[in-house]
Amino acid sequence: MFDKLDQIFVTALHWLVGFLPEAWGPYVSPLICIAFILSVFPGLFALVTVIERKGLGRIQNRYGPNRVGPFGFLQFAADGVKALIKEDVVPRAADKLVHFLAPVVLLIPVLLTYAVLPFGKNMVLADYDAGLLFFLAVGGAVEVSVFMAGWSSHNKYSLLGAMRAIAQMLSYEIPLILSAVTVVMMVGSLNLSEIVKHQDHYTFGLAHWHVFTPWGLAGFLLFIVASLAESNRTPFDLPEAESEIIAGYFTEYSGFKFALFFLGEYLGMFAIAGLGITLFLGGWTAPFSCLTWIPSYVWFLGKLLGIVFVFIWIRGTLPRLRMDQLMNLAWKFMLPLALLNIVVAGIWHYMGPDWQHMRWLVCSAILAAAYAMLGLGLMQNQKLGKRVYKFAE
Amino acid sequence: MPIAFILTAVVTLLAAAAAMSLRNLVHCALMLAVSFSGIAAIYLQLNAEFVGFTEILVYVGAIAILIVMAILLTRSGETPDKSVLTSGWMAGIVVTVFVFVLLGWAVLNSSALPQTMAPAPHATVKNIGDVLMTKYVLPLEIIALMLTAAMIGAVVIAYREEAPKTKREEGIPIPPRDSLLPPPSPTGEKA
Repeated sequence: MFDKLDQIFVTALHWLVGFLPEAWGPYVSPLICIAFILSVFPGLFALVTVIERKGLGRIQNRYGPNRVGPFGFLQFAADGVKALIKEDVVPRAADKLVHFLAPVVLLIPVLLTYAVLPFGKNMVLADYDAGLLFFLAVGGAVEVSVFMAGWSSHNKYSLLGAMRAIAQMLSYEIPLILSAVTVVMMVGSLNLSEIVKHQDHYTFGLAHWHVFTPWGLAGFLLFIVASLAESNRTPFDLPEAESEIIAGYFTEYSGFKFALFFLGEYLGMFAIAGLGITLFLGGWTAPFSCLTWIPSYVWFLGKLLGIVFVFIWIRGTLPRLRMDQLMNLAWKFMLPLALLNIVVAGIWHYMGPDWQHMRWLVCSAILAAAYAMLGLGLMQNQKLGKRVYKFAE
Repeated sequence: MPIAFILTAVVTLLAAAAAMSLRNLVHCALMLAVSFSGIAAIYLQLNAEFVGFTEILVYVGAIAILIVMAILLTRSGETPDKSVLTSGWMAGIVVTVFVFVLLGWAVLNSSALPQTMAPAPHATVKNIGDVLMTKYVLPLEIIALMLTAAMIGAVVIAYREEAPKTKREEGIPIPPRDSLLPPPSPTGEKA
């Protein structure tokens, strides 16, 4: 019964394809999957924009959107219609073709990344042997579109935003990839379905998620910080810091092109959160063996919403970093920790299950010592002390 | 010839030609990125997943960005008025065609070419990793060492942390502070 509920989408797909001639199957079934992805995730985007605005309102002691529809949850429809009927302003000095292509080029790689994510048991569109590499490679192509948007607008704020965005994305891609490498070492495969399967067994009712190991926890934290920076969200929202450079690389975009940038950014955030879930949080598996009857896609979506909630929380809580702080964090703190984490994962593997308690102790001690010493060492040069107000007192 | 190959080949070649002939350097760099993606697509059609994805990761994600950053940092984005073709372009084409024909003829008639096609090996990522870590571990380590040396060299060249000189140190005369203020009005009223 529960198994059938778990596989309901897979069964429905086979049932639908069964109506067509057999030769059409390999062409039609990916199309249906693509339509599914194209409807679910932009729908999730619409909901999350409202949830984010309401959550930020809650944090900032105000109401947030509450006029359109029940509790303001139809606000996204009003915003979408507004974006569609707005005038599409293109600056006279802009490079028209590149300016037009930039939002399109942003959406293509972001949507391509969804092809390899396993949303549930047997629910993956393209089960590539090198799925993780595909995700990272295609995700890296986003930078080209950011540059196109910033350069073609012929506006110094746009160009500054694009430069900041590219510097930030290139820097944080390294800790992101290095923290994912530990998982690849442990599983021995770049295939995302294999990685989920490796975490799908239980001892004493608790799942073997990678996050429940010292290297996995460190890798997960590094991954989440790097993915915040990759998706340009607070505290890493320098590329579009509205108080400094208006809106960064999409300053000169209006109407639905602006909405496309917004959509691309949120879809990128969901995709990278989904990758984090797949690598460290067990993908579509349940945390406790007594909860495995809940369908796998519900788990995936639930974890995704949980991470998005944390992202909204961070956005409401932390102030924006300065450019030098951003680069220091990436190169002096996260990169050494990520490299050390690879070594720790190797130690964990070679100590083996015979040294179960010992390897927990050793690996945690190495990581904690490195974290504390790096942090203290970097803080010493910063001359941080009690905040002194020059004029406000 | 499958239609997918013809399409990607045409796109790749057109993009490469545009990358050579467009006037605006940034446009050229973007067309180069398109051409890199086309090459990656051709690798994928040959079932070389790893090489195809690495092509996108390295060339589209990093090299293309490096090129546009270099263009932006070294010269203004203005397009030159004169044509990109030099005066001797006709002779250039003749020489190019001649060299291509010669090389093609030499390669096709070479006795080193195997007469029968070897069967395509099944190269998974795991196989590539195994071979890199066993048979080709020495070249891999040498490349890693060279890249590290190059990176350290780049950091050493770029690492000059000097405090910017003040005007006084550069010997620029600083006007007295009073001369910057407007002259006081004789009646003592506020202007």
